Amino acid sequence: MQTTKTLYGEPGSSVQNKTGSWRTERPVFLHKTCTDCFLCVLVCPDGVVFGSNKIYDVDLDYCKGCGICAEECPVKDIVMEREVK
Amino acid sequence: MFDKEMTEKNSVAPGHNACSGCGLVLAARLVLNAAGKDIIVTTATGCLEVTTTNYPHSAWRVPWIHSLFENSSAVASGIEAALKAQGKADKIKVISQGGDGATADIGMMCLSGMFERGHDILYVCYDNEAYMNTGIQRSSLTPFDASTSTTPFGKYSFGNPTNKKDMPAIAAAHHIPYIATASVAYPQDIEKKVKKALQIKGPKYLQLHAPCPLGWGFKTAYSIKIAKLAVQTGLYPLFEMENGVITSRKKLARVLPVEAYLKEQTRFKHLFVSEDGKKELERIQAMANENIKKFGLA
Ligand SMILES: Cc1ncc(C[n+]2csc(CCOP(=O)(O)OP(=O)(O)O)c2C)c(N)n1
Ligand code: SF4
Ligand code: SF4
Ligand SMILES: [Mg+2]
Repeated sequence: MQTTKTLYGEPGSSVQNKTGSWRTERPVFLHKTCTDCFLCVLVCPDGVVFGSNKIYDVDLDYCKGCGICAEECPVKDIVMEREVK
Repeated sequence: MFDKEMTEKNSVAPGHNACSGCGLVLAARLVLNAAGKDIIVTTATGCLEVTTTNYPHSAWRVPWIHSLFENSSAVASGIEAALKAQGKADKIKVISQGGDGATADIGMMCLSGMFERGHDILYVCYDNEAYMNTGIQRSSLTPFDASTSTTPFGKYSFGNPTNKKDMPAIAAAHHIPYIATASVAYPQDIEKKVKKALQIKGPKYLQLHAPCPLGWGFKTAYSIKIAKLAVQTGLYPLFEMENGVITSRKKLARVLPVEAYLKEQTRFKHLFVSEDGKKELERIQAMANENIKKFGLA
């Protein structure tokens, strides 16, 4: 008798899907005027901005380059640059 | 600490297939991060489910189940009853999620049952104002005059002919203890409302405005900006209602005209080309004014 196949994925296993390849622009964190407001970490749809103490950066394996972090940074300390592969 | 591993604290992992700039998946991450790890989550069919569970992978780092489009709240009801029977209901909270279509259309019966039976569940409606996962068909939470694939604008139509269904009022008619609206534009407010809701026993309803760059037609970078404009124009009032009484509302420091919100989106661009369109804009402005009056936003 055939056993039932499981229909589940391991928790968080989507990390094997490197969505960074979607990007046409990448965020660059300038580390100049940051006021530690933490907004960039909160507003990233993919949850891939990390850091603390005015030093934040992005996990480019997954960042899709949407530009929300740069758009929302109140002191323009993040800029979008054209992706070069 | 300056370490990529920090992102592992997110209950929704990266690598999901939501569109670049998706407001829905952003909202879900904020909700679940606020809820903590001692939760069981059910999710209706829709973008949130499809993009996060590309078999054999899953983006969920908390116990999560999908069954059907219509029954997220019924599955959650069963889970909550089982937790009660096992004496675990105080430790493990149940969150039921669905899109606007899942919530206000097809899942309405199950949701009403969940409210009426008094299950201790937080229901979250991710309101991107149409059936996005199947190609932008209108739902009963699609706003007036939005152009969708089933309500296209044209010679004889300005888009969706109906007003947004008043879901919070329908939830309120079930006399549930907590109802709130929120928006991805205000992440800290989402966190506060989710934490508060989970402290309250009984059914809770949270409706979250979650812009969809693809379905609404705007630049991926503008998801937060657009969400903020919806609030600032009075078109998406943010409030909390506890035991039938409005206990908080987001006051607007400066009320913007509805055009400020509408003109940014392709789904409303037909309102800006003709004289008749101006009349439609007046009607939408009147709706915003009504919200501002009703909730005391100004
Ligand atoms: C019973 C049933 N009818 C139709 C569908 C097809 N379907 C899948 S997702 C979806 C739309 C979901 O819309 P919504 O709930 O607003 O979620 P969104 O994708 O917009 O986040 C539809 C119609 C289905 N899966 N099951
Ligand atoms: S560009 Fe978008 S996906 Fe990339 S880090 Fe910024 S907010 Fe996140
Ligand atoms: S269609 Fe809209 S809601 Fe669906 S994943 Fe894309 S941006 Fe998100
Ligand atoms: Mg929807």
